[in-house]
Amino acid sequence: MALLEIQNLVVEFQTASGPFRAVDGVSLHVDEREVLAIVGESGSGKSVSMLAVMGLLPWTAKVTADRMSFNGRELLKMSPAERRKIIGKDISMIFQEPMASLNPCFTVGFQIEEVLRFHMGMDGAQRRARAIELLTQVGIAEPAERLNSFPHQMSGGQCQRVMIAIAIACNPKLLIADEPTTALDVTIQKQILDLLVSLQAKYGMGLIMITHNMGVVAETADRVIVQYKGRKMEEADVLSLFESPKSNYTRALLSALPENAVGDRLPTVSDMVFEPAPSGAAA
Amino acid sequence: MSIKVVEGKNIVRDYHIGGGLFRGQRTVHAVKGVSFSVDKGKTLAIVGESGCGKSTLARIITLIDPATSGELFIDGNKVDIARNGLTKEMRRKVQIVFQNPYGSLNPRQKIGDVLGEPLLINTNKPAEERRDLAMKMLKKVGLGPEHYNRYPHMFSGGQRQRIAIARALMLNPSLLVLDEPVSALDLSVQAQVLNLLADLQDEFQLTYVFISHDLSVVRYIADDVMVMYFGEAVEYGSREEVFADPKHSYTRTLFAATPRADIASIKARLAKKKAA
Repeated sequence: MALLEIQNLVVEFQTASGPFRAVDGVSLHVDEREVLAIVGESGSGKSVSMLAVMGLLPWTAKVTADRMSFNGRELLKMSPAERRKIIGKDISMIFQEPMASLNPCFTVGFQIEEVLRFHMGMDGAQRRARAIELLTQVGIAEPAERLNSFPHQMSGGQCQRVMIAIAIACNPKLLIADEPTTALDVTIQKQILDLLVSLQAKYGMGLIMITHNMGVVAETADRVIVQYKGRKMEEADVLSLFESPKSNYTRALLSALPENAVGDRLPTVSDMVFEPAPSGAAA
Repeated sequence: MSIKVVEGKNIVRDYHIGGGLFRGQRTVHAVKGVSFSVDKGKTLAIVGESGCGKSTLARIITLIDPATSGELFIDGNKVDIARNGLTKEMRRKVQIVFQNPYGSLNPRQKIGDVLGEPLLINTNKPAEERRDLAMKMLKKVGLGPEHYNRYPHMFSGGQRQRIAIARALMLNPSLLVLDEPVSALDLSVQAQVLNLLADLQDEFQLTYVFISHDLSVVRYIADDVMVMYFGEAVEYGSREEVFADPKHSYTRTLFAATPRADIASIKARLAKKKAA
Protein backbone atom coordinates (compact mmCIF):
# COMPACT_ATOMS: atom_id res chain seq x y z
CA MET A 1 0.00 0.00 0.00
CA ALA A 2 1.20 3.45 -0.86
CA LEU A 3 2.26 5.74 1.97
CA LEU A 4 0.58 8.78 0.47
CA GLU A 5 -2.01 8.41 -2.21
CA ILE A 6 -3.73 11.30 -3.96
CA GLN A 7 -6.36 10.93 -6.64
CA ASN A 8 -7.67 13.78 -8.73
CA LEU A 9 -6.58 16.63 -6.48
CA VAL A 10 -8.05 20.01 -7.40
CA VAL A 11 -7.13 23.23 -5.62
CA GLU A 12 -8.99 26.41 -6.48
CA PHE A 13 -8.33 29.87 -5.12
CA GLN A 14 -11.09 32.46 -4.85
CA THR A 15 -9.83 35.61 -6.50
CA ALA A 16 -11.42 38.92 -7.42
CA SER A 17 -11.73 37.71 -11.01
CA GLY A 18 -13.36 34.39 -10.17
CA PRO A 19 -11.93 31.03 -9.12
CA PHE A 20 -8.38 30.24 -10.20
CA ARG A 21 -7.47 26.60 -10.57
CA ALA A 22 -3.89 26.14 -9.33
CA VAL A 23 -3.92 22.35 -9.30
CA ASP A 24 -6.04 20.60 -11.87
CA GLY A 25 -6.68 16.94 -11.29
CA VAL A 26 -3.30 15.69 -10.13
CA SER A 27 -2.94 12.09 -8.95
CA LEU A 28 0.18 10.76 -7.33
CA HIS A 29 1.42 8.24 -4.83
CA VAL A 30 4.56 7.77 -2.80
CA ASP A 31 5.71 4.51 -1.29
CA GLU A 32 7.85 3.95 1.75
CA ARG A 33 11.58 4.27 1.07
CA GLU A 34 10.94 6.09 -2.16
CA VAL A 35 12.19 9.45 -3.44
CA LEU A 36 9.62 11.15 -5.64
CA ALA A 37 10.57 14.39 -7.36
CA ILE A 38 7.92 16.85 -8.52
CA VAL A 39 9.37 19.18 -11.16
CA GLY A 40 7.84 22.23 -12.70
CA GLU A 41 8.24 25.93 -13.19
CA SER A 42 6.69 28.60 -11.01
CA GLY A 43 2.94 28.46 -11.29
CA SER A 44 2.88 24.74 -12.06
CA GLY A 45 1.11 23.99 -8.78
CA LYS A 46 3.86 21.79 -7.40
CA SER A 47 4.08 23.56 -4.04
CA VAL A 48 0.34 24.12 -3.75
CA SER A 49 -0.47 20.44 -4.09
CA MET A 50 1.92 19.58 -1.25
CA LEU A 51 0.66 22.45 0.92
CA ALA A 52 -2.80 20.94 0.40
CA VAL A 53 -1.51 17.66 1.82
CA MET A 54 -0.10 19.52 4.82
CA GLY A 55 -3.31 21.53 5.23
CA LEU A 56 -1.35 24.77 5.13
CA LEU A 57 -3.32 26.60 2.46
CA PRO A 58 -5.19 29.79 3.35
CA TRP A 59 -8.98 29.82 3.68
CA THR A 60 -9.39 31.16 0.14
CA ALA A 61 -8.30 27.80 -1.20
CA LYS A 62 -10.83 25.10 -1.95
CA VAL A 63 -9.28 21.64 -1.84
CA THR A 64 -11.12 18.67 -3.30
CA ALA A 65 -9.87 15.20 -4.10
CA ASP A 66 -11.39 11.83 -4.79
CA ARG A 67 -8.91 10.43 -2.37
CA MET A 68 -6.10 11.83 -0.24
CA SER A 69 -4.96 9.16 2.12
CA PHE A 70 -1.91 8.81 4.28
CA ASN A 71 -1.11 5.36 5.60
CA GLY A 72 -4.62 4.26 4.72
CA ARG A 73 -6.33 7.15 6.55
CA GLU A 74 -8.28 9.75 4.63
CA LEU A 75 -6.78 13.18 5.38
CA LEU A 76 -9.64 15.33 4.12
CA LYS A 77 -12.23 13.63 6.33
CA MET A 78 -10.27 14.04 9.56
CA SER A 79 -11.05 16.61 12.20
CA PRO A 80 -8.44 19.40 12.39
CA ALA A 81 -7.29 18.11 15.79
CA GLU A 82 -6.73 14.62 14.42
CA ARG A 83 -4.92 15.98 11.42
CA ARG A 84 -2.61 18.07 13.60
CA LYS A 85 -1.41 14.89 15.27
CA ILE A 86 -0.14 13.63 11.92
CA ILE A 87 1.19 16.86 10.44
CA GLY A 88 4.62 17.65 11.82
CA LYS A 89 4.94 14.13 13.22
CA ASP A 90 4.34 11.54 10.51
CA ILE A 91 4.42 14.02 7.62
CA SER A 92 6.81 16.92 7.87
CA MET A 93 7.96 19.57 5.48
CA ILE A 94 11.06 21.67 4.77
CA PHE A 95 10.71 25.00 3.00
CA GLN A 96 12.75 26.97 0.54
CA GLU A 97 13.90 29.90 2.67
CA PRO A 98 15.59 28.46 5.74
CA MET A 99 16.17 31.90 7.23
CA ALA A 100 12.51 32.84 6.86
CA SER A 101 11.03 29.59 8.11
CA LEU A 102 12.72 29.67 11.52
CA ASN A 103 11.32 32.01 14.14
CA PRO A 104 13.92 34.74 14.74
CA CYS A 105 12.74 35.32 18.33
CA PHE A 106 13.52 31.88 19.70
CA THR A 107 16.69 29.84 19.97
CA VAL A 108 17.24 26.94 17.65
CA GLY A 109 17.09 24.57 20.62
CA PHE A 110 13.66 25.87 21.66
CA GLN A 111 12.29 25.39 18.17
CA ILE A 112 13.51 21.80 17.93
CA GLU A 113 12.25 20.96 21.42
CA GLU A 114 8.85 22.49 20.69
CA VAL A 115 8.07 19.70 18.22
CA LEU A 116 9.25 17.04 20.64
CA ARG A 117 7.14 18.45 23.47
CA PHE A 118 4.00 18.68 21.34
CA HIS A 119 4.19 15.37 19.52
CA MET A 120 6.29 13.08 21.69
CA GLY A 121 5.48 14.39 25.18
CA MET A 122 9.10 14.16 26.31
CA ASP A 123 10.32 15.82 29.50
CA GLY A 124 12.97 18.57 29.47
CA ALA A 125 16.05 16.39 29.84
CA GLN A 126 14.88 13.91 27.18
CA ARG A 127 14.08 16.74 24.78
CA ARG A 128 17.49 18.29 25.23
CA ALA A 129 19.27 15.00 24.70
CA ARG A 130 17.21 14.30 21.58
CA ALA A 131 17.83 17.83 20.22
CA ILE A 132 21.59 17.36 20.58
CA GLU A 133 21.32 13.96 18.90
CA LEU A 134 19.37 15.52 16.00
CA LEU A 135 21.83 18.35 15.47
CA THR A 136 24.66 15.81 15.41
CA GLN A 137 22.78 13.79 12.80
CA VAL A 138 22.34 16.77 10.50
CA GLY A 139 26.03 17.58 10.79
CA ILE A 140 26.19 20.68 12.98
CA ALA A 141 29.43 21.05 14.92
CA GLU A 142 29.25 21.66 18.69
CA PRO A 143 25.53 20.81 18.90
CA ALA A 144 25.16 21.47 22.62
CA GLU A 145 26.38 25.06 22.25
CA ARG A 146 24.43 25.60 19.05
CA LEU A 147 21.13 24.90 20.81
CA ASN A 148 21.39 28.31 22.42
CA SER A 149 22.02 30.14 19.12
CA PHE A 150 19.43 32.26 17.40
CA PRO A 151 18.76 31.73 13.67
CA HIS A 152 20.48 35.00 12.70
CA GLN A 153 23.71 33.72 14.23
CA MET A 154 23.84 30.84 11.76
CA SER A 155 24.49 30.67 8.03
CA GLY A 156 21.83 29.73 5.47
CA GLY A 157 23.15 26.18 5.15
CA GLN A 158 23.17 25.72 8.91
CA CYS A 159 19.61 27.05 9.19
CA GLN A 160 18.50 24.54 6.57
CA ARG A 161 20.17 21.80 8.62
CA VAL A 162 18.22 22.96 11.66
CA MET A 163 15.02 22.86 9.60
CA ILE A 164 15.84 19.30 8.60
CA ALA A 165 16.50 18.44 12.24
CA ILE A 166 13.05 19.77 13.19
CA ALA A 167 11.46 17.90 10.31
CA ILE A 168 12.97 14.53 11.23
CA ALA A 169 12.63 15.03 15.00
CA CYS A 170 9.63 12.71 15.35
CA ASN A 171 10.85 10.09 12.85
CA PRO A 172 8.37 11.00 10.12
CA LYS A 173 7.22 8.45 7.60
CA LEU A 174 7.06 11.06 4.88
CA LEU A 175 9.26 14.12 4.40
CA ILE A 176 8.27 16.81 1.91
CA ALA A 177 11.12 19.09 0.83
CA ASP A 178 9.93 22.18 -1.05
CA GLU A 179 12.90 23.57 -3.02
CA PRO A 180 15.21 22.81 -0.08
CA THR A 181 18.38 24.06 -1.77
CA THR A 182 17.27 26.85 -4.09
CA ALA A 183 18.50 29.62 -1.78
CA LEU A 184 21.87 27.95 -1.16
CA ASP A 185 25.27 27.88 -2.86
CA VAL A 186 26.14 24.90 -5.05
CA THR A 187 28.65 23.44 -2.62
CA ILE A 188 26.17 23.76 0.27
CA GLN A 189 23.39 22.44 -1.98
CA LYS A 190 25.41 19.28 -2.54
CA GLN A 191 25.87 18.79 1.21
CA ILE A 192 22.17 19.30 1.96
CA LEU A 193 21.05 16.94 -0.83
CA ASP A 194 23.49 14.28 0.35
CA LEU A 195 22.20 14.72 3.89
CA LEU A 196 18.55 14.39 2.84
CA VAL A 197 19.18 11.30 0.75
CA SER A 198 21.27 9.61 3.43
CA LEU A 199 18.63 10.32 6.12
CA GLN A 200 15.93 9.05 3.79
CA ALA A 201 17.82 5.79 3.24
CA LYS A 202 18.71 5.41 6.91
CA TYR A 203 15.18 5.81 8.26
CA GLY A 204 13.34 4.40 5.26
CA MET A 205 11.28 7.54 4.85
CA GLY A 206 9.28 8.47 1.81
CA LEU A 207 10.72 11.69 0.42
CA ILE A 208 8.97 14.13 -1.89
CA MET A 209 11.39 16.54 -3.47
CA ILE A 210 9.79 19.61 -5.02
CA THR A 211 12.19 21.41 -7.33
CA HIS A 212 12.58 23.25 -10.61
CA ASN A 213 16.17 22.14 -11.00
CA MET A 214 16.66 19.18 -13.35
CA GLY A 215 20.10 18.57 -11.87
CA VAL A 216 18.62 18.08 -8.40
CA VAL A 217 16.10 15.63 -9.87
CA ALA A 218 18.84 13.66 -11.59
CA GLU A 219 20.88 13.50 -8.39
CA THR A 220 18.18 12.41 -5.97
CA ALA A 221 14.97 10.99 -7.42
CA ASP A 222 13.73 7.45 -7.99
CA ARG A 223 10.56 8.55 -9.74
CA VAL A 224 9.62 11.91 -11.25
CA ILE A 225 6.38 13.78 -11.87
CA VAL A 226 6.50 16.72 -14.27
CA GLN A 227 3.84 19.39 -13.74
CA TYR A 228 2.85 22.31 -15.91
CA LYS A 229 0.12 24.86 -15.17
CA GLY A 230 -1.44 22.68 -12.51
CA ARG A 231 -1.57 19.54 -14.60
CA LYS A 232 0.54 16.44 -14.53
CA MET A 233 2.44 16.20 -17.81
CA GLU A 234 4.36 13.05 -17.23
CA GLU A 235 5.26 10.47 -14.63
CA ALA A 236 8.22 8.17 -15.09
CA ASP A 237 11.18 6.68 -13.30
CA VAL A 238 14.17 8.99 -13.35
CA LEU A 239 16.20 7.17 -15.96
CA SER A 240 13.46 6.85 -18.55
CA LEU A 241 12.43 10.47 -18.00
CA PHE A 242 15.88 11.69 -18.99
CA GLU A 243 16.46 9.00 -21.60
CA SER A 244 13.15 9.10 -23.41
CA PRO A 245 10.79 11.83 -22.21
CA LYS A 246 7.23 11.10 -23.32
CA SER A 247 5.56 14.51 -23.16
CA ASN A 248 6.64 17.37 -25.39
CA TYR A 249 6.82 19.68 -22.35
CA THR A 250 9.46 17.51 -20.68
CA ARG A 251 11.39 17.40 -23.94
CA ALA A 252 11.23 21.19 -24.24
CA LEU A 253 12.34 21.60 -20.64
CA LEU A 254 15.29 19.25 -21.03
CA SER A 255 16.47 20.90 -24.22
CA ALA A 256 16.38 24.32 -22.51
CA LEU A 257 19.12 23.16 -20.12
CA PRO A 258 22.29 25.10 -20.96
CA GLU A 259 24.40 21.94 -20.68
CA ASN A 260 22.35 20.32 -23.44
CA ALA A 261 22.83 23.31 -25.75
CA VAL A 262 23.53 22.55 -29.37
CA GLY A 263 24.84 25.55 -31.30
CA ASP A 264 24.91 29.05 -29.86
CA ARG A 265 21.21 29.56 -29.10
CA LEU A 266 19.01 27.66 -26.67
CA PRO A 267 15.68 26.25 -27.77
CA THR A 268 12.97 27.94 -25.72
CA VAL A 269 9.75 26.71 -24.22
CA SER A 270 7.37 29.01 -26.02
CA ASP A 271 3.71 29.36 -25.22
CA MET A 272 2.78 26.26 -27.16
CA VAL A 273 0.09 24.00 -25.79
CA PHE A 274 1.45 21.05 -23.94
CA GLU A 275 -0.53 17.89 -23.57
CA PRO A 276 0.08 15.29 -20.89
CA ALA A 277 1.78 12.11 -22.04
CA PRO A 278 -0.65 9.28 -22.88
CA SER A 279 -1.83 7.68 -19.66
CA GLY A 280 -0.29 4.34 -20.60
CA ALA A 281 3.06 5.93 -19.78
CA ALA A 282 2.12 6.63 -16.18
CA ALA A 283 3.43 4.13 -13.70
CA MET B 1 42.78 42.99 -33.48
CA SER B 2 41.16 42.99 -30.14
CA ILE B 3 40.44 46.03 -28.02
CA LYS B 4 40.36 45.76 -24.26
CA VAL B 5 37.12 47.27 -23.04
CA VAL B 6 37.81 46.79 -19.39
CA GLU B 7 40.98 45.95 -17.55
CA GLY B 8 41.64 45.66 -13.84
CA LYS B 9 45.09 45.52 -12.30
CA ASN B 10 45.47 44.24 -8.78
CA ILE B 11 42.12 45.51 -7.57
CA VAL B 12 41.71 45.55 -3.81
CA ARG B 13 38.66 46.51 -1.83
CA ASP B 14 38.61 46.68 1.96
CA TYR B 15 35.60 47.45 4.10
CA HIS B 16 36.17 48.98 7.50
CA ILE B 17 33.67 47.82 10.03
CA GLY B 18 33.33 50.59 12.56
CA GLY B 19 34.45 49.85 16.07
CA GLY B 20 32.36 50.78 19.06
CA LEU B 21 33.20 51.66 22.61
CA PHE B 22 34.38 48.18 23.49
CA ARG B 23 35.42 46.86 20.15
CA GLY B 24 38.22 47.91 17.85
CA GLN B 25 37.80 48.61 14.18
CA ARG B 26 37.91 45.61 11.89
CA THR B 27 38.85 45.42 8.25
CA VAL B 28 37.24 42.97 5.86
CA HIS B 29 39.28 42.30 2.73
CA ALA B 30 36.45 41.70 0.28
CA VAL B 31 38.58 41.67 -2.86
CA LYS B 32 42.27 40.90 -2.50
CA GLY B 33 44.18 41.94 -5.58
CA VAL B 34 42.28 40.71 -8.64
CA SER B 35 43.49 41.32 -12.19
CA PHE B 36 41.50 40.70 -15.37
CA SER B 37 40.76 42.07 -18.80
CA VAL B 38 37.92 41.60 -21.27
CA ASP B 39 38.13 42.17 -25.02
CA LYS B 40 35.40 43.84 -27.03
CA GLY B 41 32.47 41.57 -27.80
CA LYS B 42 33.57 38.92 -25.30
CA THR B 43 32.12 37.61 -22.06
CA LEU B 44 33.99 37.16 -18.83
CA ALA B 45 32.17 35.05 -16.26
CA ILE B 46 32.95 35.45 -12.59
CA VAL B 47 31.97 32.43 -10.51
CA GLY B 48 32.00 31.90 -6.77
CA GLU B 49 29.78 31.36 -3.77
CA SER B 50 28.13 34.03 -1.65
CA GLY B 51 30.65 36.13 0.22
CA CYS B 52 33.52 35.52 -2.20
CA GLY B 53 33.64 39.15 -3.34
CA LYS B 54 32.13 38.76 -6.80
CA SER B 55 29.42 41.34 -6.27
CA THR B 56 31.92 43.75 -4.68
CA LEU B 57 34.03 43.41 -7.80
CA ALA B 58 30.93 44.03 -9.92
CA ARG B 59 30.26 47.26 -8.03
CA ILE B 60 33.82 48.39 -8.65
CA ILE B 61 33.66 47.62 -12.38
CA THR B 62 30.28 49.40 -12.62
CA LEU B 63 31.86 52.47 -10.99
CA ILE B 64 29.46 52.40 -8.06
CA ASP B 65 32.17 51.89 -5.44
CA PRO B 66 35.82 52.88 -5.77
CA ALA B 67 38.56 50.30 -5.31
CA THR B 68 40.76 50.69 -2.24
CA SER B 69 43.82 50.21 -4.43
CA GLY B 70 44.64 48.98 -7.90
CA GLU B 71 43.97 50.37 -11.32
CA LEU B 72 40.83 50.13 -13.44
CA PHE B 73 40.87 50.96 -17.14
CA ILE B 74 37.69 51.39 -19.18
CA ASP B 75 38.19 51.69 -22.95
CA GLY B 76 41.86 52.23 -22.27
CA ASN B 77 41.35 55.21 -19.94
CA LYS B 78 42.26 54.99 -16.31
CA VAL B 79 39.28 55.57 -14.05
CA ASP B 80 39.51 56.60 -10.42
CA ILE B 81 36.12 57.64 -9.08
CA ALA B 82 37.48 58.13 -5.57
CA ARG B 83 39.75 60.95 -6.75
CA ASN B 84 38.19 62.36 -9.92
CA GLY B 85 34.52 61.55 -9.49
CA LEU B 86 32.43 60.11 -12.25
CA THR B 87 31.66 61.90 -15.49
CA LYS B 88 28.46 61.37 -17.46
CA GLU B 89 30.55 59.97 -20.25
CA MET B 90 31.94 57.24 -17.99
CA ARG B 91 28.50 56.45 -16.61
CA ARG B 92 27.31 55.96 -20.16
CA LYS B 93 29.96 53.38 -20.88
CA VAL B 94 29.23 50.95 -18.08
CA GLN B 95 25.79 49.71 -17.06
CA ILE B 96 24.56 46.97 -14.76
CA VAL B 97 21.66 44.50 -14.59
CA PHE B 98 20.84 43.16 -11.15
CA GLN B 99 19.75 39.74 -10.01
CA ASN B 100 16.27 40.43 -8.76
CA PRO B 101 14.02 41.98 -11.40
CA TYR B 102 11.31 42.43 -8.75
CA GLY B 103 13.54 44.67 -6.67
CA SER B 104 15.41 46.64 -9.29
CA LEU B 105 12.43 48.39 -10.91
CA ASN B 106 10.57 51.20 -9.17
CA PRO B 107 6.98 49.96 -8.70
CA ARG B 108 5.58 53.48 -9.16
CA GLN B 109 7.35 54.20 -12.41
CA LYS B 110 5.90 53.34 -15.80
CA ILE B 111 8.10 51.29 -18.09
CA GLY B 112 8.45 54.17 -20.52
CA ASP B 113 9.79 56.38 -17.73
CA VAL B 114 12.09 53.59 -16.51
CA LEU B 115 13.69 53.50 -19.95
CA GLY B 116 13.69 57.28 -20.46
CA GLU B 117 15.30 58.12 -17.15
CA PRO B 118 18.93 57.29 -18.04
CA LEU B 119 18.58 59.61 -21.05
CA LEU B 120 16.94 62.32 -18.96
CA ILE B 121 19.78 62.29 -16.46
CA ASN B 122 22.75 61.78 -18.73
CA THR B 123 21.83 63.50 -21.99
CA ASN B 124 20.10 66.65 -23.26
CA LYS B 125 17.75 64.81 -25.60
CA PRO B 126 14.22 66.24 -25.83
CA ALA B 127 11.25 64.25 -24.51
CA GLU B 128 10.06 63.16 -27.93
CA GLU B 129 13.40 61.66 -28.85
CA ARG B 130 13.66 59.92 -25.49
CA ARG B 131 10.25 58.40 -26.13
CA ASP B 132 11.22 57.15 -29.59
CA LEU B 133 14.43 55.62 -28.30
CA ALA B 134 12.57 53.89 -25.47
CA MET B 135 10.02 52.46 -27.93
CA LYS B 136 12.79 51.14 -30.15
CA MET B 137 14.56 49.54 -27.21
CA LEU B 138 11.34 47.83 -26.08
CA LYS B 139 11.15 46.15 -29.46
CA LYS B 140 14.82 45.15 -29.32
CA VAL B 141 14.32 43.22 -26.11
CA GLY B 142 11.21 41.46 -27.38
CA LEU B 143 8.49 43.63 -25.84
CA GLY B 144 6.03 45.86 -27.68
CA PRO B 145 4.93 49.52 -27.75
CA GLU B 146 1.80 48.55 -25.81
CA HIS B 147 4.03 47.91 -22.78
CA TYR B 148 5.24 51.52 -22.69
CA ASN B 149 2.59 52.78 -20.26
CA ARG B 150 2.46 49.79 -17.96
CA TYR B 151 3.80 49.41 -14.43
CA PRO B 152 6.35 46.79 -13.35
CA HIS B 153 3.83 44.68 -11.40
CA MET B 154 2.03 43.93 -14.67
CA PHE B 155 5.00 41.95 -15.98
CA SER B 156 6.36 38.48 -15.31
CA GLY B 157 9.86 37.93 -13.95
CA GLY B 158 11.34 37.24 -17.38
CA GLN B 159 9.73 40.35 -18.89
CA ARG B 160 10.99 42.48 -16.00
CA GLN B 161 14.49 41.20 -16.57
CA ARG B 162 14.11 42.22 -20.23
CA ILE B 163 13.10 45.70 -19.06
CA ALA B 164 16.13 45.88 -16.77
CA ILE B 165 18.35 44.89 -19.70
CA ALA B 166 16.63 47.46 -21.92
CA ARG B 167 17.24 50.18 -19.34
CA ALA B 168 20.90 49.25 -19.13
CA LEU B 169 21.22 49.49 -22.92
CA MET B 170 19.54 52.91 -23.29
CA LEU B 171 22.85 54.76 -23.17
CA ASN B 172 24.63 52.47 -25.64
CA PRO B 173 27.13 51.20 -23.10
CA SER B 174 30.23 49.37 -24.22
CA LEU B 175 30.32 47.23 -21.08
CA LEU B 176 27.39 45.52 -19.41
CA VAL B 177 27.81 44.02 -15.96
CA LEU B 178 25.26 41.26 -15.34
CA ASP B 179 24.99 40.34 -11.67
CA GLU B 180 23.26 36.92 -11.58
CA PRO B 181 20.75 38.00 -14.25
CA VAL B 182 19.04 34.62 -14.64
CA SER B 183 19.29 33.12 -11.14
CA ALA B 184 15.77 34.22 -10.19
CA LEU B 185 14.19 32.93 -13.40
CA ASP B 186 12.58 29.66 -14.42
CA LEU B 187 14.45 27.32 -16.71
CA SER B 188 12.50 28.16 -19.87
CA VAL B 189 12.57 31.90 -19.17
CA GLN B 190 16.27 31.64 -18.37
CA ALA B 191 16.82 30.22 -21.85
CA GLN B 192 14.96 33.15 -23.44
CA VAL B 193 16.94 35.76 -21.51
CA LEU B 194 20.26 34.04 -22.30
CA ASN B 195 19.32 34.01 -25.99
CA LEU B 196 18.38 37.69 -25.82
CA LEU B 197 21.76 38.49 -24.28
CA ALA B 198 23.52 36.54 -27.02
CA ASP B 199 21.50 38.35 -29.75
CA LEU B 200 22.25 41.76 -28.26
CA GLN B 201 25.93 40.94 -27.94
CA ASP B 202 26.09 40.06 -31.64
CA GLU B 203 24.15 43.14 -32.68
CA PHE B 204 25.92 45.81 -30.60
CA GLN B 205 29.30 44.13 -30.09
CA LEU B 206 28.63 44.32 -26.36
CA THR B 207 31.11 43.23 -23.75
CA TYR B 208 29.72 41.34 -20.78
CA VAL B 209 30.98 40.72 -17.28
CA PHE B 210 28.65 37.92 -16.23
CA ILE B 211 28.46 37.07 -12.56
CA SER B 212 26.93 33.75 -11.68
CA HIS B 213 27.13 30.76 -9.41
CA ASP B 214 25.54 28.43 -11.94
CA LEU B 215 28.28 26.60 -13.79
CA SER B 216 26.03 25.22 -16.51
CA VAL B 217 25.03 28.76 -17.50
CA VAL B 218 28.65 29.93 -17.34
CA ARG B 219 29.80 27.09 -19.52
CA TYR B 220 27.18 28.06 -22.05
CA ILE B 221 27.73 31.82 -22.20
CA ALA B 222 31.33 32.63 -21.21
CA ASP B 223 34.50 33.10 -23.24
CA ASP B 224 36.71 33.49 -20.17
CA VAL B 225 36.04 32.27 -16.66
CA MET B 226 37.32 33.57 -13.35
CA VAL B 227 36.68 31.60 -10.16
CA MET B 228 36.76 33.63 -6.96
CA TYR B 229 37.20 32.27 -3.48
CA PHE B 230 37.47 34.46 -0.37
CA GLY B 231 38.30 37.56 -2.38
CA GLU B 232 40.95 35.98 -4.55
CA ALA B 233 40.85 34.85 -8.14
CA VAL B 234 41.92 31.25 -7.67
CA GLU B 235 41.43 30.36 -11.31
CA TYR B 236 41.37 32.47 -14.43
CA GLY B 237 41.49 31.29 -18.01
CA SER B 238 39.53 30.55 -21.14
CA ARG B 239 36.35 28.53 -20.72
CA GLU B 240 37.86 25.46 -22.35
CA GLU B 241 40.94 25.54 -20.11
CA VAL B 242 39.03 26.01 -16.88
CA PHE B 243 36.40 23.37 -17.57
CA ALA B 244 38.78 20.82 -19.04
CA ASP B 245 41.55 21.15 -16.51
CA PRO B 246 40.68 22.98 -13.28
CA LYS B 247 43.88 23.77 -11.42
CA HIS B 248 42.69 24.89 -8.03
CA SER B 249 41.13 22.50 -5.53
CA TYR B 250 38.21 24.87 -4.92
CA THR B 251 37.30 24.85 -8.63
CA ARG B 252 37.30 21.07 -8.55
CA THR B 253 35.04 21.11 -5.45
CA LEU B 254 32.71 23.45 -7.28
CA PHE B 255 32.55 21.21 -10.33
CA ALA B 256 31.98 18.12 -8.21
CA ALA B 257 29.12 19.83 -6.36
CA THR B 258 27.26 20.85 -9.50
CA PRO B 259 24.36 18.47 -10.05
CA ARG B 260 24.59 16.54 -13.28
CA ALA B 261 21.58 15.80 -15.43
CA ASP B 262 23.20 13.47 -17.95
CA ILE B 263 22.11 9.88 -18.31
CA ALA B 264 25.49 8.35 -17.49
CA SER B 265 25.61 9.97 -14.05
CA ILE B 266 22.02 8.99 -13.29
CA LYS B 267 22.88 5.38 -14.15
CA ALA B 268 25.96 5.55 -11.95
CA ARG B 269 23.95 6.90 -9.04
CA LEU B 270 21.21 4.28 -9.37
CA ALA B 271 23.77 1.48 -9.57
CA LYS B 272 25.47 2.77 -6.44
CA LYS B 273 22.15 2.98 -4.63
CA LYS B 274 21.25 -0.59 -5.57
CA ALA B 275 24.59 -1.83 -4.30
CA ALA B 276 24.19 -0.07 -0.95
